[in-house]
Amino acid sequence: MDWDAIRLSLTLAGWTLAILLPIGIALARWLATSHFSGRSWIEGLLALPLVLPPTVLGYYLLVAMGGSSSVGQWFQAITGTTLAFSFTGLVLASLLFNLPFAVQPVQRALEAIDPDVREAALCCGMTTWQTLLRVELPLAWPGVLSAAVLTFAHTLGEFGVVLMVGGNIPGETRTVALAIYDRAQSFDQVAAGRMSLLLLTLSFVTIAVSYGLSDRLLRRRRRR
Amino acid sequence: MSLLVHVRHDRPPLNLRLEIPEGAITSVVGPSGSGKTSTLRAIAGLWAPSSGRVAFGQQVWYDTANGIRLAPRDRSIGVVPQRYALFPHLTALGNVEAALLHLPRATRRAQAEAALTRAHVAGLEGRYPHELSGGQQQRVAVARAIVREPRVLLLDEPFSSVDRSTRKHLYAELKRLHGELGCTVMLVTHDLDEAALLSSYLCLIRRGRLVQAGPTQGVLARPESAEAARLLDHANIFRAVVSGHDWDRRQTVLDWHGIRLVTPLDDRFAPGQRMDWVINHTEVTPADASGPASGDNLVRATIRDIVTLGDDLHVRLAPGAAPAFTLHMKVSRHAVPHQAVAPGLPLTVRLTPSAIVTMTPGDDTETGDRHPE
Repeated sequence: MDWDAIRLSLTLAGWTLAILLPIGIALARWLATSHFSGRSWIEGLLALPLVLPPTVLGYYLLVAMGGSSSVGQWFQAITGTTLAFSFTGLVLASLLFNLPFAVQPVQRALEAIDPDVREAALCCGMTTWQTLLRVELPLAWPGVLSAAVLTFAHTLGEFGVVLMVGGNIPGETRTVALAIYDRAQSFDQVAAGRMSLLLLTLSFVTIAVSYGLSDRLLRRRRRR
Repeated sequence: MSLLVHVRHDRPPLNLRLEIPEGAITSVVGPSGSGKTSTLRAIAGLWAPSSGRVAFGQQVWYDTANGIRLAPRDRSIGVVPQRYALFPHLTALGNVEAALLHLPRATRRAQAEAALTRAHVAGLEGRYPHELSGGQQQRVAVARAIVREPRVLLLDEPFSSVDRSTRKHLYAELKRLHGELGCTVMLVTHDLDEAALLSSYLCLIRRGRLVQAGPTQGVLARPESAEAARLLDHANIFRAVVSGHDWDRRQTVLDWHGIRLVTPLDDRFAPGQRMDWVINHTEVTPADASGPASGDNLVRATIRDIVTLGDDLHVRLAPGAAPAFTLHMKVSRHAVPHQAVAPGLPLTVRLTPSAIVTMTPGDDTETGDRHPE
C-alpha cells in the first residue's frame, strides 16, 4: 500500500474541492441567471474536459505550464520552481479538468429555482450575496453536494492529466491512480489490488452517501 | 407624493405614463400581455426598460436620462407576486424575518410576528409554505411585503390563485390593511370587478399603452374611447353621426343608421361629425316593460338569440334599421313575459338616454359597427 500516494491524492482532492467549489458556484450562478449571446460557447468550453481525451488536455496544460511558456516563466520567476511536475501544477490542472463536475450540477439546481422566488428575495431587501446565501444555496443544496462529491471522487481517480502534467514523482505528484498503474506494471498484484479496492470503496461510499443525502433533501423538499 | 411612472421599451412593447396617487389603491387593468406585470417589475426595480423614469415624490428610483437605477432594496416597496413566491425552505415566520435582515437578529422576530398578526396569520409561524392554504400563503406574502413598512405596495394579481370565498375575505383584509397602513397601493389585475371593489383609481392599459386613467367610478361610468369601453367589457359600442344639439333640453341628437337617438349633451362634436357611443346592456330595456312604446330612443329590433344565465336573460337583437349589427340587452327574466321573448320575435327596446356615453371616434376596428355578429 503506497500511503504517500493515498495521502497525496486526498490532499489534492481536498485542495481542488476547497478552491473549485466557490468558483463553480459563482460560474454556475452566473450561467443560471444570465442570458447573453455566446452563453452556449462558454458552457461548451466548460464542458470540454468531459469529452476531451485526458492526454490531450494534459498535453496542453503541460505546454502552458512549461518553462518556455510565459505562465511557466512567470511562476518560476516568483517561486523559483517550475509549475509543471509540481504539486501546485497538479492542483491547477485538477481545477481545470474538474470544472464541468463542479459547475453543471450547481447550475442545474440553480436553474430549477423559481425566478419569482429569487426576485422576491431582492424585493425583501436582500443583496445579491444575501440572496445567494439565504435563498439560492439552501434550495440548490443537493446540486452543490453532487458537485462536491463528483469533484472529489473524480480527482481521486484522474490518471491521464495527472501523468502528463505531474509526471510520476513520489511524494510530489504520484497520486494513488499512478501508484496503482506502477504496481500493476511491476506485477505487484497484491498492492495494486489493495489500492484499487481502497479507491473503489472510497468512491462508492462517497457517491452513495451523497446520493442518500440528496434523496433525503429532495424528499423533504417535495413534502414542502 | 405620487408615484410617477414613465416606461418605454420595444420588446415587450411599452410606452406608458402613469401617475399613481399617494395613499390610494390604484388598479392597473388590462388583458394578458398588455404590459401590467412589466410595469410593476419596472417600478420594483426587477426590470429595466430601455428608457423611462420612475419617481416617488422627490425620490428618483429610475431615470435613464440621468443614469439612475436604484436596486429593489433601495426603493421603499413591498411586493406580493402572483404566486406569492414564498421561500419554500423557510417557515412563515422565517419568510417574514427574511425581509428584515437589515435589523439586529433580536428585533427581527418581534417585528415579523407583529406583521403576521396584522395579516391575520398569527399562530401559523412555524408552518412551511406547503403546509399553508392558498389564502394563508397570500397573507404570509402580504406580511412579508408590509413588514418593512414600505411606502408603495405592489400587488401582482394577488387574488388569482385562491377560491372565490377566500378571495372575498382577502378583499376585506386588503381594505383593512390599507386603512391601517395608508400606503400607496398598485394592484395589477385583469378582473374588473376586483378593481371596482378595491380601488379608488383605475388605469386601463392595452398593448403597452395607457388607454384611460382616473377615479374608478368615473372611468367605469364614462369610458373615453371605444377601446376603453371594450376593456370595460361593454358589448354595445357603435358609431353614429351627430345630427345636432338641443340646448334647451341639454341633449345631443345622433343619427345611428337612420335611428334617432338622444344622449346627454356633448358639445365637443359639431353636427355632421362622427362619434362613438356606448350603452351598458342593462340600460337596454323592453319598451313595453317601461311603459307605452313612445318617447326617445326606441329601437325596433328582432330577437336574434337568448341565453339564460341565472335570473337574467342575455338577449341579442338585430335592429330593424341596421340589421347587420347586434344590440345586447340584459334583463331579469321576471321583467318580461316569457312568451314575448323568443328568437325571431320582434321586440321594441328603449335605450336609456342618460346612460348613453358619447366618445371620441377611434379606430374603426374598435367599434361594434365594424364587427357585426
